[in-house]
Amino acid sequence: MSDWPMWEVFVRARRGVSHVHVGSLHAADSEMALQSARDLYTRRREGVSLWVVRSADVVASDPDDVDELFEPANDKDYRYPTHYQLPAEVDHI
Amino acid sequence: MTDLLRHVLRHGDRALVLAQRLGQWITHSPELEQDMAFANISLDLIGQARYLYTYAGEQEGQGHDEDHFAYWRGPTEFYNPLIVEQPNGDFAQTIARQFLHDCYALAYWQAMTGSADATLAGLAERARSETAFHLRHARSWLVRLGTGTEESHARMQNGLDAMWCYTDELGPISDEADLRAVGLVRDGDLRAVWEAAVKTGLAEASLVRPDVEVAHSGGWQGDHSEHLDELLEELQSVARAHRGAKW
Repeated sequence: MSDWPMWEVFVRARRGVSHVHVGSLHAADSEMALQSARDLYTRRREGVSLWVVRSADVVASDPDDVDELFEPANDKDYRYPTHYQLPAEVDHI
Repeated sequence: MTDLLRHVLRHGDRALVLAQRLGQWITHSPELEQDMAFANISLDLIGQARYLYTYAGEQEGQGHDEDHFAYWRGPTEFYNPLIVEQPNGDFAQTIARQFLHDCYALAYWQAMTGSADATLAGLAERARSETAFHLRHARSWLVRLGTGTEESHARMQNGLDAMWCYTDELGPISDEADLRAVGLVRDGDLRAVWEAAVKTGLAEASLVRPDVEVAHSGGWQGDHSEHLDELLEELQSVARAHRGAKW
């Protein structure tokens, strides 16, 4: 069944946290993908919610674009809260 | 043997024998993910069998543990329905067997949550949700194959036809009237629930209800096909070759 498409699996470990990518699997359709995801990735009660997404539908950034995508963040201190001097009145915010 | 002990063994055997059959798929499934699916269902069933065999040991009162019931009884001492010992056949036949069995097992556990026996009612709560997932797996494959290609449809129908002659046993067992009368077993409408679930599944999968005249039964009474001999020989070979060995 090598023609079964690949699916990416996301598990939400508990209420209040985000779904996290845990791996991938092969399945013929979304229902099979969800059932297999349950068998493969939540056997020890790891989750309260599962997402499966066709791997082909994931749009990924190009590794060659790392510099222009992520490098500029390094010298923009104002994006971090520690950049700001708060007035004494709001020191305990 | 008391009626209750026999009832407990019937369902422990049903679970263990089917678990062994499903285990035979591992490394032979169409995809790694399906190996895992069958293995998980098999392990759930083994868990149910262990619980029931331990309880059988308490009921029997002769100091027998779960291993005794799994490894040291012969084929005529097993009381599972015939359908679970049938060979796997092709993937579709396994799915047909599983679907027909799971419709029964879900109805059984659902009913047994109201048993007057606290041990059985306790297991029923867990087994019910396990079985609901097993049925979802079997039913999704039933529909997928039944409504897939011409070949998958033909195979699914053939698998169903091959298993149908063993479905007479999937209902209340006639010699358990005394257990029913005192509320230990609550399965009065089991057959009707099974019929309804099967009918819905077959319709969804575009399959026709087989018209098979021959019906086999006797499994619940210990009267089995030769397939059980072969299955138990494999299942019990290690325990019998190394008597008393510990893991």
